[in-house]
Amino acid sequence: MTTQPDTSAAPKQTGFAATDVLVNEFDGGPDTVQRAAGTPEELQPHTELGLKDDEYERIRQILGRRPTASELAMYSIMWSEHCSYKSSKVHLRQFGDKAPRGTRMLAGIGENAGVVQISDDLAVTFKVESHNHPSFVEPYQGAATGVGGIVRDILAMGARPIAVMDPLRFGAADHPDTARVLPGVVAGIGGYGNCLGLPNIGGEIVFDPTYQGNPLVNALSIGVLPVERLQHKEAAGVGNIVVLLGARTGRDGIGGVSVLASATFDEGAEQRRPSVQVGDPFMEKLLIESCLELYDAGLVAGIQDLGGAGLTCALTETAAAAGTGMRVWLERVPLREASMSPTEILASESQERMLLIVTPDNLERVLSVAEKWGVWATAIGEVTPSGEDGSPGRLVITWNDHVVVDVPPGSLADDGPVYARPIREPADLILLQADKAETLPRPSTGDELRETVLRMISSPNLCDKTWVTEQYDRYVLGNTVLAQPEDSGVLRIDENTGLGVALSVDGNGRFARLDPYEGARLALAEAYRNVAVTGAEPVAVTDCLNFGSPEDPAVMWQFAEAVRGLADGCQQLGTPVTGGNVSFYNQTGAAAIHPTPVVGVLGVFDNVARRIPMGFPAAGGDGDLIFLLGETSCELSGSEWAWVTHGHLGGRPPKVDLEAERRLAMLMARASEAGHVSAAHDLSDGGLSQALVESCLRRNVGAKVALPDDGQSAFVHLFSESAGRALVAVPRGHDKAFAALASEYGVPCAPLGVTSAEPVLEVRDQFSLPLDEARAAHEATLPALFGGVAELANRHGDPEHAADPTAPAGPDRGDAVLTTAASGAAMETAAPIEAEGIPAASAAEVKEPSPGGPIDPTA
Amino acid sequence: MRIGVVTFPGSLDDGDAARAARIAGADVVRLWHGDPDLHGVDAVVLPGGFSYGDALRCGAIARFAPVMESLVDAARGGLPVLGICNGFQILCEAHLLPGALTRNQHLHFRNRDQFLRVESTDTAWTNGFTDGQEILIPVKNGEGCYVADQRTLDQLEAEGRVVARYIRGNPNGSQRDIAAITNEAGNVVGIMPHPEHAVETLTGPSLDGLGFFTSVLRALAGASAGAHAGGHQ
Repeated sequence: MTTQPDTSAAPKQTGFAATDVLVNEFDGGPDTVQRAAGTPEELQPHTELGLKDDEYERIRQILGRRPTASELAMYSIMWSEHCSYKSSKVHLRQFGDKAPRGTRMLAGIGENAGVVQISDDLAVTFKVESHNHPSFVEPYQGAATGVGGIVRDILAMGARPIAVMDPLRFGAADHPDTARVLPGVVAGIGGYGNCLGLPNIGGEIVFDPTYQGNPLVNALSIGVLPVERLQHKEAAGVGNIVVLLGARTGRDGIGGVSVLASATFDEGAEQRRPSVQVGDPFMEKLLIESCLELYDAGLVAGIQDLGGAGLTCALTETAAAAGTGMRVWLERVPLREASMSPTEILASESQERMLLIVTPDNLERVLSVAEKWGVWATAIGEVTPSGEDGSPGRLVITWNDHVVVDVPPGSLADDGPVYARPIREPADLILLQADKAETLPRPSTGDELRETVLRMISSPNLCDKTWVTEQYDRYVLGNTVLAQPEDSGVLRIDENTGLGVALSVDGNGRFARLDPYEGARLALAEAYRNVAVTGAEPVAVTDCLNFGSPEDPAVMWQFAEAVRGLADGCQQLGTPVTGGNVSFYNQTGAAAIHPTPVVGVLGVFDNVARRIPMGFPAAGGDGDLIFLLGETSCELSGSEWAWVTHGHLGGRPPKVDLEAERRLAMLMARASEAGHVSAAHDLSDGGLSQALVESCLRRNVGAKVALPDDGQSAFVHLFSESAGRALVAVPRGHDKAFAALASEYGVPCAPLGVTSAEPVLEVRDQFSLPLDEARAAHEATLPALFGGVAELANRHGDPEHAADPTAPAGPDRGDAVLTTAASGAAMETAAPIEAEGIPAASAAEVKEPSPGGPIDPTA
Repeated sequence: MRIGVVTFPGSLDDGDAARAARIAGADVVRLWHGDPDLHGVDAVVLPGGFSYGDALRCGAIARFAPVMESLVDAARGGLPVLGICNGFQILCEAHLLPGALTRNQHLHFRNRDQFLRVESTDTAWTNGFTDGQEILIPVKNGEGCYVADQRTLDQLEAEGRVVARYIRGNPNGSQRDIAAITNEAGNVVGIMPHPEHAVETLTGPSLDGLGFFTSVLRALAGASAGAHAGGHQ
């Protein structure tokens, strides 16, 4: 392994179609090892494949000759940023170095996904990954295969996948291209996940112009396994058979990781569509069932999923992990197109495939399980010994008796280049941090505050996301206890004991732009808090680090700071990073996205029956008491308020006190066990105002509150985004015990008011907001932008009722986001439509949100 | 009582249907699409999902599965069969029920908690409800828009074979708000929403879905009591 500074310029953008280069083998047959040895001077397209000159020279040194066309393609893939982590490796080591001791981690970074033990005999595995570039080029398939890929990672650990979540970031909500990308991405996630039978239990939908040319489509999956079923990827056991299981191999996705994921976009982006894979969720479902049957029958010696980098990655990683060699007959690979060259077969990223290592004795049984499920299974090779001198074996691949590859597998999988890239704080950061939002003009009267609340709850980032989430199945498998819009997704794992998990995934690119170190810790704190307020104990972390080009020192500085922040934060909270993904080159042209570390936190419940939902419970009698936990400071920089009302981004993000977060989490777990809390909601984007509105709307329960009289203005109380806070409802009779518990844990606990059967949010001395009006503002935004209301109205031939898609204006134009007038107009269209029997959510029909919450069993 | 739950390649809610039947008090027998043997079950649930990846049309290929050959005969002989979502689609493709389920009118997959009104309590699967009872169970489908020609629709209405209708909003554009129908004998019911997802307070919006499974157990108990008494079906 070498470390070399990389000072070369940005990669040359040629706009080529990946297939043009890769199929360009010499006339009359494939480029063989023999031929490569005889034609050392032949020019090879290494630059077009994303390899630097010095990297190409290293390949020649390793092989002692020029690489064959197939070998060159394999090195370009495996040494790409996506596969080799060459720019991030030196930083990511901190996650291991600073990992807290004594955790429940069974497998960590470097595996397909981290595995965490949650009981004597059960473990869960979870991971978040990016599929950003494919989803921009081809939103439906890009997003769909993002789900498919992360699910196979989970499957490869021996787990049954049990849920997915999707943190999504798009450009301005009203930008025409967002109307292209978002519906496609959402349909792709739904189309794949729904068909796979995995509930979608949460995620994020964020709009910001920074993601205009580069949306972020991250996908998280979680699975469960008996501890003893944990699988490994080592291709151990000389003479064992290498079996390719699943879909046939086609020409899709060639160059996906090297062309799409490891370079910035330019004008030629649409020509890269062939680099996007095409998904078949039905095949993946069969693949899942057949793999699980194989695991349970003990027929698998080693397994690796085929994702980015396809067969190349799976063959080299399984062999390298075991130190063995491998002999592969490429013509045995079942193909969709018979004319595929060996290079194409090796580079294809066709989906729904797994590589198995099985003993010769078990081969027949493996093939019959595959046949039962109607899945292709083909013995394509065998494990060969390491060298007589103890050196690792070689990966030898033939195609119709031509030797097209003969390499040491470790040189591809482990010995890729490692760069300590130059880092430099962005030149504009000091000025940006000096431009604080705390000095912006604020609303002050009750009427102004009321109007601001309405404007905020209807803004694209804070509005109701049902238009998206109802396209996802959240019920399948029957273990979803809480799902979006709750703070965390909560799943029951064991039906007998109630053992379960909570999962939340969060990020804030604006905070990270203002301070990447603190931004990463804030993302961690928010996800941690979202898990904690349900009553679960947070235990482990996964991350998806979305950044611009690592060749830009300013981006690299942001990355280094964010990793340092996250590693420090995890150390302090005692929650190890178990795995994740780095996504670089998220930029179009020179403009990088805001640095966007997305953090997933896993929590554990001994019994999910004690989970705390976010909505105020239907008020009986005098209502429950509402408390605000944590401390509110005047922290408006980077806030949603600054963005929505002023289009402002500047200053320093809110302070993070992870010790306070930890105490809050312990308080919530204890309170949940004791049954002291009937509802809890984390305070984050949009502050207290947003939390109050959401907690009220969830079950159409009102609240009467008085803001604390502590010197802070009503405005600061309502819209500051100080971390470490939560809103809780406490049943009468429990308030003293709860307050005592809060005091024991040192969590500030201020009484705010009571829940109320009257469907109104009343803030004493400030304003009163009927929930119908709040709901109308909150729910109209996405249907107006993406078609729901307009589409239904148009279908009824009533153009007057069609929502005007041009009405809302995004903050990137410097306009008001969505004025209350506009949202009111959009809502007016819903009423008459509903009267005709077409669905439109209304306050009246919301009986009980689901899943979750205590339910009237007499219904 | 033994309730069979069929698994096709691509069935997704088979585990949920089995759980619901178990909670209702049945013994559950898992049936396999490739095995024509019904293993002597007293009733069968065709669960939701995407059998055969919805290739060609939803349910179009499942209809030809070996298990369906015996199931169609058994259903014609009076075996209670409940088709949920994809199961409903399969029953229509197998011509055990009239009409078809097409793409939702708004073209999106939609998952929400849905109110229904039970309009026929004469079937094997709904005898435990009261006429006109309003229930809340999840709906989740992309192709749940029920269509049939006018004469068929009129006939279904006239014969009291509309088992349940969507109320307070139609989630997919189904004609006459139809959510569930039955055959002439009342032993075969197809329903688009998912009663198996409303059987536990922890995970469902209500317990209303249990009624479908307890109904069939009651119908079977009644039938077997009748049989022991020397009666006939």
